[in-house]
Amino acid sequence: MTNDKGQTLIQAVEQADSASSLVAAVRSLANARLEAGISTLIAVLSYNNPGAAVAAVDGLVQLGDVAVLPLLHQLDGYNYGGRAWAIRALAKIADPRALETLLVAAETDFALSVRRAAAQGLGNLHWFQLPAEEIQSAQERSLNTLRLTSQDPEWVVRYASVAGLQALATAVIQPEFFSQIMTHYQTMLDRESDLAVCTRVRLALGQLP
Amino acid sequence: MVSGAEQNLKSGSSAEQASAGSESLTVEQAIANLQQREDLSLCYYAAWWLGKFRVRESVAIEALIAALAEEADQTESGGYPLRRNAARALGKLGDSRAVQPLIDCLDCPDFYVREAAAQSLGKLGDSTCIPKLMSLLDGGLAAALPIPGSPHLTQPYNAVIEALGTLGATEAIDLIAPFLEHPIELVQYATFRAMYQLTQDRVYGDRLITALKGQKLQLRRAALADLGAIAYLNAADAIAETLAENSLKLIALKGLLEHEVKNNSTESSEVSDAATHLMTLMDNLL
Repeated sequence: MTNDKGQTLIQAVEQADSASSLVAAVRSLANARLEAGISTLIAVLSYNNPGAAVAAVDGLVQLGDVAVLPLLHQLDGYNYGGRAWAIRALAKIADPRALETLLVAAETDFALSVRRAAAQGLGNLHWFQLPAEEIQSAQERSLNTLRLTSQDPEWVVRYASVAGLQALATAVIQPEFFSQIMTHYQTMLDRESDLAVCTRVRLALGQLP
Repeated sequence: MVSGAEQNLKSGSSAEQASAGSESLTVEQAIANLQQREDLSLCYYAAWWLGKFRVRESVAIEALIAALAEEADQTESGGYPLRRNAARALGKLGDSRAVQPLIDCLDCPDFYVREAAAQSLGKLGDSTCIPKLMSLLDGGLAAALPIPGSPHLTQPYNAVIEALGTLGATEAIDLIAPFLEHPIELVQYATFRAMYQLTQDRVYGDRLITALKGQKLQLRRAALADLGAIAYLNAADAIAETLAENSLKLIALKGLLEHEVKNNSTESSEVSDAATHLMTLMDNLL
């Protein structure tokens, strides 16, 4: 792939003049897997075009670790839609360098789509990419945040927290954390009033050993 | 009953900031604001607030019902903003005392009051409003065609048809069916939705699945809301794949999931295969 080709793909995204041509242009740029296209793909996340955003997230996830720092640095503080897609991309790439950002987003972001994506991501990080001595404390921090977000006022954030806790339960290196998650699930079943969230807890309990 | 989830779906982005930005009021203040008439903007806001925070106290219901007949708050173009808000709030509060006053609102000259009243009557689930709702479909399709220069149709057909479907008004099927041919997609969707609810014929659910593949985002969003409301299980994968915000897809899938769990609850705590599949789709959208 020459630079020229990359520039052409980037310009096609920037100059797209309809929703459908934007989606097509973003797909082409995403499929090219160009490091040079990362900034453009991140910008697309804030365009308020869900089709294009899905394609851009896919592209960023395919690029993987190399997209993590640009995503962390270019998080859109003013557009919660864009921020939610970026958090989603970080959650799917699962690079633990995103831990701090995900913890803050899950606990404090005002947008439920951001908190939801962060909560799910916190359970799914590639813990093995951390230095061995840091894994336990990182998992403990995720666990504490997910216990907090499982009491979020929005059902979907609680739902995402249940899913995040399930993933975390399969990865914890400290057996005590596993039993804490199981205890927490039982507590949730007792006090959770949302049927979908309760059902997700029951699914987790059925799937965990 | 129309679920709260569906309401979130229809209001789209406002669902995002459900708890943000609302001016802090106490229940007492809100009711007092609604009862006074010196500052109508306070009145208007209080009516919305009482619905939003589900204040079911009798005195609040009575003040809202009184607001349905308020003459003072009228815009230059003849609209009644306070009545609209009061009608919407009463739909959320589930008090049957509101049924007859809302039926009376279906004669209001303000289209948006009639629309809000029809929506709320659907939510309240009291079938006494069915004949009056049916009368708004008088003239059939011919009377329901778009009027050049008007921002809305002669009647709130969407809201009326959806309410009749939600209320299980099978006696209205023959009146509703012609609207399958209405030129406006949103009216067609309301009709698919109601016809599915009234006949359980998959043809209508499948038409909504086809609508998920439409070109316009606004229409895909509407179809998502309708599929969530009728809990059409066959639509699960199409919902997950349509090009729309994940938030809206999640709310629609939640509608399907809750319906599935309620209708297939067993003694054991085991989760059904269908419910598991729905949650797998939901997990992937988080």
